This record gives sequence, C-alpha cells and structure tokens, in this order.
Amino acid sequence: MHTSAVDRSPDVRRILGQFKDRPGPLLEVLHTVQAAFGFIPPESISLIAEHLNLSRAEVHGVVTFYHHFRCAPPGQHVLQLCRAESCQAVGAEALAAHARARLGVEFHESTPDGRFSLEPVYCLGNCACSPAVMLDGRPYGRVTPERLDALLREADGAPGGDE
Amino acid sequence: MTTIYVPGDSGALSLGADAVCRAISREAAARRLEVQVVRNGSRGAYWLEPMLEVASERGRLAYGPVSVADVPGLFDARWLQGGAHRLLLGPTEELAWFANQQRLTFERVGVVDPRSVADYVAHGGYQGLRRALSMDPAAVVDRIVRSGLRGRGGAAFPTGIKWKTVLEQPPGQKYVTCNADEGDSGTFSDRMLIEGDPLSLIEGMTIAGIAVGATQGYIYLRAEYPHAWRALTQAIAAAYAADYLGGDVMGSGRRFELEIRVGAGAYICGEETSMLESLEGRRGEVRVRPPLPAVKGLFGRPTIVNNVITLATVPLILREGAEFYAGFGMGRSRGTLPLQLAGNIKHGGLIERAFGLSLRELLYDYGGGSASGRPIRAVQIGGPLGAYVPAAQFDTPLDYEALAAIGAMLGHGGIVVFDDTVDMARMARYAMEFCAIESCGKCTPCRIGSTRGVEIIDHIIAGRDPQGNLERLEALCDLMVQGSLCGLGGMAPFPVQSAMKHFREDFSARAALMGVRPRSAPSAAAADVGGSDDVCN
Repeated sequence: MHTSAVDRSPDVRRILGQFKDRPGPLLEVLHTVQAAFGFIPPESISLIAEHLNLSRAEVHGVVTFYHHFRCAPPGQHVLQLCRAESCQAVGAEALAAHARARLGVEFHESTPDGRFSLEPVYCLGNCACSPAVMLDGRPYGRVTPERLDALLREADGAPGGDE
Repeated sequence: MTTIYVPGDSGALSLGADAVCRAISREAAARRLEVQVVRNGSRGAYWLEPMLEVASERGRLAYGPVSVADVPGLFDARWLQGGAHRLLLGPTEELAWFANQQRLTFERVGVVDPRSVADYVAHGGYQGLRRALSMDPAAVVDRIVRSGLRGRGGAAFPTGIKWKTVLEQPPGQKYVTCNADEGDSGTFSDRMLIEGDPLSLIEGMTIAGIAVGATQGYIYLRAEYPHAWRALTQAIAAAYAADYLGGDVMGSGRRFELEIRVGAGAYICGEETSMLESLEGRRGEVRVRPPLPAVKGLFGRPTIVNNVITLATVPLILREGAEFYAGFGMGRSRGTLPLQLAGNIKHGGLIERAFGLSLRELLYDYGGGSASGRPIRAVQIGGPLGAYVPAAQFDTPLDYEALAAIGAMLGHGGIVVFDDTVDMARMARYAMEFCAIESCGKCTPCRIGSTRGVEIIDHIIAGRDPQGNLERLEALCDLMVQGSLCGLGGMAPFPVQSAMKHFREDFSARAALMGVRPRSAPSAAAADVGGSDDVCN
C-alpha cells in the first residue's frame, strides 16, 4: 500500500521534466503521475502547479473535473461497469446491483480489504456486446451476474491489475 | 503457410479472442502445422465474434463464434483447407450481412493488419494523400466541399466549408484536431476504425494538414479506449518510420506531425470547444462561440476539429473523387454512414450504408429484431442526447433531414434498441441524471436544470402531482433547450421530451397506479431553478 510517508517528489519532478517543452501539458502530466502511483497524490499538486506556472487551485480544478483522475489509491483490482443506455437495455442495472451486493460496496468505493474498487463508466464502446465491463483494463462483453462472479473470483486469485 | 485472422478488436477481445488465439497457436504447434496469425480489426458482426477467417483460394472463409473449446475440432475438420464445420459461415464477403453493405469508410476495417503500412498501401492506402500533394490546396478543399461530406461526429456541419474557413485564415500556425472522444452510448464506430484501420485516420488528418497549411495534428482520444490507443500509437510510429508523417511527407518537403492526447473520462469533451480546452490542459468547460475554432481554436490559432469517421473518409474522397462519394446517399445527406446497432438487438454491430436506409430495415433485416425476442418498443438514436423513437416511426429513412423532421437526430449514428419491458420514465430520468453527472458546470440551465429534472421525474415516478409535474418538466426542458450554452444542456431534454410525447402512458399511468392525491406546487419549472450550486459533485 502507498503511505504518505513515501517521498514521491523526485518521481513527480522527473515526470514534469518529460513534458517540459510540450504545449498544454497538464493532462499528460496527470496521466503519467496516475500511471506511476495509481492516483494523484495530494502533495504532488503544489509541485505540479509550481513547475507549470499554474495556481494550485487550477491544478486541483483539473484533477477534480475529470472522472478518470483519482485522489486516493484504488483497490488492487478495478472493476468498471458500464451504466449507459445500451447496457441498461440488456440488464446493466441488475448487474450493477449484483456487483454492489457481491463486493459490499457502492460505486466509487473500494472493499475494506483493498482488493476491489467499483467504478461506474458511461460507455466502453462495446455496445454491441452489452452489458460490458472492464476489469483491470481488460474488456468483457455480454456479462451475466454468473460471469461477473467468475471474473471476480479469477481476479481475486491473481496478483493484481497490470494495466 | 496458411493465414488465420483472429480479431484484436476490443469487442472481440471482450468475448475471448485472445484465449482463442493462444489455443490456435498451441494446437497448430502440437500438430506441427505452420500458420500465420494476423490480428485484424472486427468486421463488425459482433454476434459472431470471435469470428475467425482462414485465407483460402475461395477468398477468406469465416468461422464463428469460436470458443477455445472449438479449436481442436476446427483443426480436426481441416479448417486450414476450408473444411466443413458447424461454425463455418462461408466466404466472408458473400455473407448476406456483409454483401448488402456499402463499405467505403470501413473498406479496410477487419480486412487489413492495422499495424502494417505495407498492407494499408496494398489495399488502396495513401493514394489519396499522393493525389492531394499533387493538387493546389484550394482544389483539395473544393473536392471535400463537392463530395457533400458532413461532420460525422453528430453536428453534420459541411466539412469542406470548415476547411475553407481555416484555409482562408492568414498564414501562421494552424492545427488539425481529431475528436476521438466517442462518449455516446451505442456508438463504437470510432473505436472500431481506430483499432482496425488507424492509418486511414492518419492519412485523412495529413491530407487536412496539407490542404489548410497546418503542420501539427492532435488526436483527442478518450481514456476508456486503451486498445485503440495502442493501435493508434503503433500506427503513428509506423507512419513516421515510412515517412508518411514528419518533416518530409512522402518526399514532398511538406511537414505534418501527429500526436495523441488522452482524455480523462469527461463526456463534455466531445463538444468541440470543450475538447480544445482539454487539449490545452484545462477543465473541459465549453467556450462561448464566436469565435469559431476555425478562426480561433487550439492555443488561439485556426483549427480544424473533425470526428474520426469524417477524417477517415477523406482519403477515399481524394482517391475516388468527389462525385463518386456524392453518388451515394439521399437529399442533402451524401455518402455513407457507419451505423451502429446496439442494446437489445439480436445481431448487433456495424452496418455501413448510404443514407436513406429505413430504421425498420436496419432493425429487422440487419438486426434480426430484439435479442430478447420481445417486441421492440423504442430506439434511441444519436446517443444520450438523442430522441427516443417509437415503433410507429420505424419507416423513417435514416438521413439527417428526415430524422430532424420527426424531432430526432442521427448524431454519430448509434442506435440503441429497447424491448417492451423498458420503463420510459426511468429512461427520461436517466437522461437528466447523465446530464447532471457530465455537465461542465459553466451555464446554469444545464448545471442546475438537470438536477431539478431528476427531482421532478422522481416526483412523477412516485405519483406526486403527476399533471403539475409533467407541466413543470416540459417548462424545464424548454428552458434548458433555449438557455444552455452548448449541446449537452441544450439537447439532454430531447430524450425526455420524446419519451413524454411518445410514451406518455409511462408517466401518466403512475397516478392511477399509485392512487395519489394531487399536491399544489409552483406552476413553472423556472421557479424551481436556482437552488444549490452543488450539483456536479
């Protein structure tokens, strides 16, 4: 697990260096920071702001505007479940209820043991194979509650997300 | 050595294509057979995925849907020699579902190896760019104008006119940007094209750059498409290595650089000015127009903003001519549209046809009716901001103007099917809820109106003063349509209004069901607007 005692600033500085001459680099920087740590560490905000000549409010504003960026570490496995119309047309709401009950969490939450995070997503572009989910960056289509249980069991036996 | 095509499209992967691919390699090795596996895109027949193809003298033979357990049996049936098997569908191009399509933009998707420039060139690629480089820039733009191509992202603005505006701006830094933030539910043509034939998008953007004098291109790709990102990254690298991108495009001395920028899960960034804000590294809040992006766009410079399908169609128009493309379609909707059939449908997938096909033909001839076997009650066309269309209007031709005439819109060409178990009041509620989740927050009608809309529909669903609340909801919809800054708040009421109009019983029947008493309430929704500012959190 990540702890706040870890000093991530050298890594954040190295990432900022990569984007030094790019126009409008903030989203790129945040993506790279999140890829490195799994989330945007709150203490990195002022460092990013300083390097990009922005205010902390501006960086915070961007981080919180976009659903993709997280301010806290995710669970070991991230289940993204599509809740948009195409998936609703073939039972996504029942699948969502099943996932919440099975994991014992609401959307945007992680299980207390830190194994799984449950996130809503509004379209994975796999609408001809609805209901669709993504587990650790891998797509699954025509997912029934039984298939979801099997996927979660399989992931639980595996070391963790690799995407 | 026999070539086997195993789609690497993420839809096919979601149904187990990778595991099937591994099983084929294992089985071939065990039998000491030499096979070459190509990871192509999807042909778009998703109910048959993973649909594998084997190269043969009769053309490519399709087998599907193939599971890991089927693989040994396919080898036993000598499928590499075209052997009969219960999963053998026949020569791919002769299957009625494909044979009845008019694939122009998607001519190579599912056919070629998306990573290979050589394969792309062997299938007609880069002829359009070669032609463009030999022409006067104004003539290139004129060809796009005459083709009748309109923006496939949904707004259907004439592409050539947009390009002409950028061309006419004073020289200096200009940009070509591609909107690949395909967020509409029920749409996946951008994803399929990028995963299956990314070089056509790259070539289209290069032609746009050459035509208007832009040397830098950006593709704004949504974060939900990691497989498309991978395919595009590989294709861009291959195009640079072969000098189709960079400082000397095809030896012409012209420069065009191309970069991918990844979005971060905001639906609003599919709106063009919001996308530009996001590309500049800011919150994706919409800009007030004018100025138009063609005059003052990315970093304040003249900018083309086009959708993936629009740009990927450009090489074909340059190669075959404006008249060829304009020869397809009806009325002012020229050319073809890759339609996407999704939701509760038996045969979901991608159907590219000239404009003018009826909704009924699409749903029943191609789609085979609902997946559940129950009657189709409603379809939503054009994403979460599109109207719900009832069965009584299924004979409407799919063209921009014909749909507008019935109060609907074609948008990006996605069609989501619902059977008769759908509760249209719930779908109307979802439209408002989605708008509340995705509103950028810049204008009040969208930011607050959407949350008030959810509340009012909740009252209706609970049977509280249904008549008064229906009136309130109609007034609120009107206010959002008239008063919002962009299409999100301005169009989110369309599914709500169409649901109220065509499926009134799902709203009004609740009063009788609940046996409720009317409750007095303010007469206009406007009176309800102006509550908490805190709806986006």
